[in-house]
Amino acid sequence: MGMTLTEKILARHAGKEKVEPGELILARVDLALGNDITSPIAIQAIRNLGIRKVFDRDRIALVPDHFTPNKDIRSAEQARMMRDFAREYGITNYFEIGRMGIEHVLLPDEGLVVPGDLVIGADSHTCTYGALCAFSTGVGSTDLAAAMIAGEVWLKVPESIRIVLSGRPGKWVEGKDVILHIIGKIGVDGALYQSMEYTGDGLAALSMAWRFTISNMAIEAGAKNGIFPFDEVTKAYADERAARDYSVVEVDGNARYAAEIGIDLGALEPQVAFPHLPENTRPLSQAGNVPIDQVVVGSCTNGRIEDLRSACAVLRGRKVHDAVRMLVFPATQEIYLQAMREGLMEIFVSAGAAFSTPTCGPCLGGHMGVLAKGERAVATTNRNFVGRMGHPESEVYLANPAVAAASAVLGRIGSPDEIR
Amino acid sequence: MVLKGRAWKYGDDVDTDVIIPARYLNTSDPAELARHCMEDIDREFAVKVSPGDIIVAGKNFGCGSSREHAPIAIKASGASAVIARSFARIFYRNAFNMGLPIFEAPQAIDEIDAGDLLAVDMRNGSLRNETKGKEYEVAPIPSFMQELVAAGGLLNYIVARRKDQVRP
Repeated sequence: MGMTLTEKILARHAGKEKVEPGELILARVDLALGNDITSPIAIQAIRNLGIRKVFDRDRIALVPDHFTPNKDIRSAEQARMMRDFAREYGITNYFEIGRMGIEHVLLPDEGLVVPGDLVIGADSHTCTYGALCAFSTGVGSTDLAAAMIAGEVWLKVPESIRIVLSGRPGKWVEGKDVILHIIGKIGVDGALYQSMEYTGDGLAALSMAWRFTISNMAIEAGAKNGIFPFDEVTKAYADERAARDYSVVEVDGNARYAAEIGIDLGALEPQVAFPHLPENTRPLSQAGNVPIDQVVVGSCTNGRIEDLRSACAVLRGRKVHDAVRMLVFPATQEIYLQAMREGLMEIFVSAGAAFSTPTCGPCLGGHMGVLAKGERAVATTNRNFVGRMGHPESEVYLANPAVAAASAVLGRIGSPDEIR
Repeated sequence: MVLKGRAWKYGDDVDTDVIIPARYLNTSDPAELARHCMEDIDREFAVKVSPGDIIVAGKNFGCGSSREHAPIAIKASGASAVIARSFARIFYRNAFNMGLPIFEAPQAIDEIDAGDLLAVDMRNGSLRNETKGKEYEVAPIPSFMQELVAAGGLLNYIVARRKDQVRP
């Protein structure tokens, strides 16, 4: 029997010819990452054990992106703990404010994650890098500590679900809608403990940005990872960005899958996930009249330059509705600069939107856009759990950047087509 | 070892944002996290939970973030275990790494009501609802997890393998 993409990458990193779903392996890690919320616990554990050296100072990434720029004194202490550790242990890939970005956009853009890699991160959206035909998954702080010490991680080889994409997406449909549709179809535990592996002729229509968005939200279906095959789109991105040699992994023709799902991209319309689970999706045309107070464009899901362009295509020459606060977060400094150069920043600011430095802040109700009781937000982020963006009685609706921008103009959830 | 306490009953898909809201993640102090445990779905839990009590929930418990603060908060609240129909995978790993016992007992969940007195025997893998007089089997802890537990947790296991890096 052949192997899936995930099985192949795991086998290679475990030094094995072959692995089977359910098998437990000790795998070599190409990169381990942590942020300002999760790495303090890992750092404390490493210090408590008296360990003075990490497995490889070039293979660890520390990104202060969640409660930074420091939102309060305690966040500042956590960020300092991380910075001190990075200096003391000589961590090469520590990214300071002003030179950083949201981890899951920053690391592939910096070429620190490359095709064929095995990456673990103490952040659930570490699964983003599957877009590059790498295996990556989220773990907790203790797993991160162990990986920083030993360069290894325990993993159970997951079963894979094969997701066959066909056709071409229609107007206003983006990568976000593909993954929201899939989560709506299979549920927030529809791929629990499993790998989501994409294939089909529909892949040709998916840019790297859209693939990152789709892999990013694999965790929202409970999956261990969401992985794309290596093709011309991947190659173009990796050749431009990769900081190391990469390896191309190909799926075997007779690989075994636990299930297969077919998605006709041409039949999709933009999706909106209603509170309080990402699986509560509705086609945009059935969203009804939902007045909103805030719109957030950004995050590791949709903070890439393509996402800002998509929002600007709708927003250009228009104004954010009087009743709405619109907040825009380019995911990295590089994207911030690019948005300036392309005039996107001017479009946002002229429309009456706030344009911020990169941070995860509002996505998890940390800072820079916390919701009050009863307020509603349309967000291009990834989760709409109770209290996710602020007060437990606030509401988050997940959508793509074009729909978010249209909603900002309309003052309610709506389509770009509704704007004259 | 037998874990014994009253059941705190919740539904499906209890996510890490309600187990410990992100607004409290500017600390990793267990006692402080415990004060806010479950607060966005149940303001009574952190105030009224007694040592040994057991959280009982539906499917996909712990979905969402990778924050280890979630099992830390539950453990520090005094709760002795979580029993659920199923667990989200990162929470599952984190719970073992943190030493919070968790059990999958799909058949028992529906028959447990809030406040029932439960006893879990970790050794023989049985769950007894003493209020209702019913007994269930719980899914055994995978053998490799038992190895980690025997080694004193993941970090001790890793350190034992990497003694060359440890300086006294």
